[in-house]
Amino acid sequence: MTIINIISIIFVCIGILFMAVGSIGMLRLPDFYSRTHAVSKSDTLGIIFVMLGLVIYEGFTQSGVKLILIVLFIALSNPVGTHALARAALKKGLKPLFSNSKQKKNDS
Amino acid sequence: MEIFFLYSAVFLTIIIAIPLIRVVKGPTLFDRLLATNAIATKTIVLICLIGYIFNRIDMFLDITLAYAILGFIGSLVIAKFVSDSKFRRKEQE
Repeated sequence: MTIINIISIIFVCIGILFMAVGSIGMLRLPDFYSRTHAVSKSDTLGIIFVMLGLVIYEGFTQSGVKLILIVLFIALSNPVGTHALARAALKKGLKPLFSNSKQKKNDS
Repeated sequence: MEIFFLYSAVFLTIIIAIPLIRVVKGPTLFDRLLATNAIATKTIVLICLIGYIFNRIDMFLDITLAYAILGFIGSLVIAKFVSDSKFRRKEQE
């Protein structure tokens, strides 16, 4: 168990924790526009942490460079996809949930 | 080290199974699309961990790249189709 393995284990554990928070937020939050926060931000940060842990475990090889490319692609593409979905929902006329709206908060 | 990757892959599978509840009982269409997008994003990490379990990371990384690109293109195309099409969505209000 070298020091590189310990750093890699810490990074992977932090990333999986962030992804668990994102999944629970996907289940618990009351509105579509607030669920987009849970999907885009928490999941992107968790994936970046897990992939950086795998890069540290791999070292500077061909697979490590490919892992860095996957990290860059996901960090660009995941917020773009979520933003496109939110923009489509706004264009179709989905109302956001305000504090004084008549819709029940716990319908989920 | 492979044992740690195996246990983290098992825990990640449990995390991936949580948004399926939102897919089944989402109130609108967009909730279901968002939950499938979340599942497709987390599966990328799962494929990388499976590659380290089997010691064939050079083969599984190409599958991961293709899966990431296909998921992104599919999400964008479905969002554009839903926002442009003329069908009437049933209001839940």
